[in-house]
Amino acid sequence: MSDIDVSSEGGGHKQGRGVKKAKKLSTRVDMTPMVDLGFLLITFFIFTATLSTPTTMGLIMPKDEKDPKDLTEIKQSGALTIMLGKENQVYYYLGELKTDGSNFLSTNFKDIRKIIQDKKKEVISRHVHDPGCEKIWAKNDGDKKSCEDKDFVVVIKPNDEASYKNSVDMLDEMSINEVDRFAMVDITPDENLLVKATEKTNPNIKQ
Amino acid sequence: MPSVKIPKKSTWTDMTPFVDVAFLILSFFIMATKFKPPQPVEISTPKSVASDKLKEQDAIMIEMDKTGRVFFTANTQKINEESNGIKMTIIKNVNTVRNLGLSQTEMNNFVKNTTIGVPFSKMKSFLAAEDAVRIKAFEGIPVTDSANNELQIWIAAAQSAFAGGKLNYLIKGDNDAKYPSFKGVIEAFRRNDIFKYQLVTDPEGAPVGTDLYETRQSGGKKTSN
Repeated sequence: MSDIDVSSEGGGHKQGRGVKKAKKLSTRVDMTPMVDLGFLLITFFIFTATLSTPTTMGLIMPKDEKDPKDLTEIKQSGALTIMLGKENQVYYYLGELKTDGSNFLSTNFKDIRKIIQDKKKEVISRHVHDPGCEKIWAKNDGDKKSCEDKDFVVVIKPNDEASYKNSVDMLDEMSINEVDRFAMVDITPDENLLVKATEKTNPNIKQ
Repeated sequence: MPSVKIPKKSTWTDMTPFVDVAFLILSFFIMATKFKPPQPVEISTPKSVASDKLKEQDAIMIEMDKTGRVFFTANTQKINEESNGIKMTIIKNVNTVRNLGLSQTEMNNFVKNTTIGVPFSKMKSFLAAEDAVRIKAFEGIPVTDSANNELQIWIAAAQSAFAGGKLNYLIKGDNDAKYPSFKGVIEAFRRNDIFKYQLVTDPEGAPVGTDLYETRQSGGKKTSN
């Protein structure tokens, strides 16, 4: 009843004698141009796609403490100071810098990781339990390991010729080696002099 | 002997499945592609093992290029009346603080295109210029001079404009940018009592054998921040 009658016989207008029957055309369409276009667009989008979405690295800087009482004290035995100079050079010393600069050493980005790891291990091996640990455990969901390296502090001091990449790489090195306590501060004039002096003796650095 | 007749086959292949696949891939790429907004300068960021996704919404981004120029951009959630209001507040704040004497059209230009890369002394002519001219005029916001850290004023203006809402602070530096400009940017934040920032980096896997690698392998949640 409600069907639409499409058959040529029966209802509708009847074909007269003189009316020619329409030729049956193939319904096949040549798809080649469409495929061409499709792949052209794919190529375009592949080239413009930015697949690696950038990530962010959180950085927390310390507040300016006016009162020297509030300053964080670092145990000399657990301190590692890393200085960054020009042309990706890295300098470091353990503990306090001796007045004659004899513990001031020069290294590079490849070897600094080992130095950080060794120092961390050494600090952990010397660790003895003290009451301050409970607070740290509470902060880290009772993870007892979190207290072991509490004396280990890395101080990063880029000088004016160090690049941004170097600074970020060094901060990254902190997360790679899971150093929880680190600070980025300005280089002192004495240290900068030592860096400059060492750079002069390094034949790989253009003056 | 009966001869074997090889039947003639048509060379016509059905392309339909092929087209299906092609368009499937095409639609994937169309959806996955995020067009980069045109940037005033090319900045290639350093790599890091950090895995937090970049949240560009509701953020102010400080960019440092390799020559040490510093740019300031304010990103808001959506392009609507409200977000334009926030941007307008930023420029109005700055206008009042520094007596720049900007006209309404010039401030509208800021709302349209929020990247700023000139010192205050050149702000008026910068905002009055055509878009194409403006990008060439970028010379950076002064940050390295501690007595005249203009970025500080921009950050303060943005902070008060976003008042109440959460604001991300992004620092995007080029590999070859020098430490002094980075220090200047941090100093500008520090003077506004902001101590938490996000550095924009490219992702990289943790090197094998390191502590972080071990933690990630064991599925630990420990992250250093």
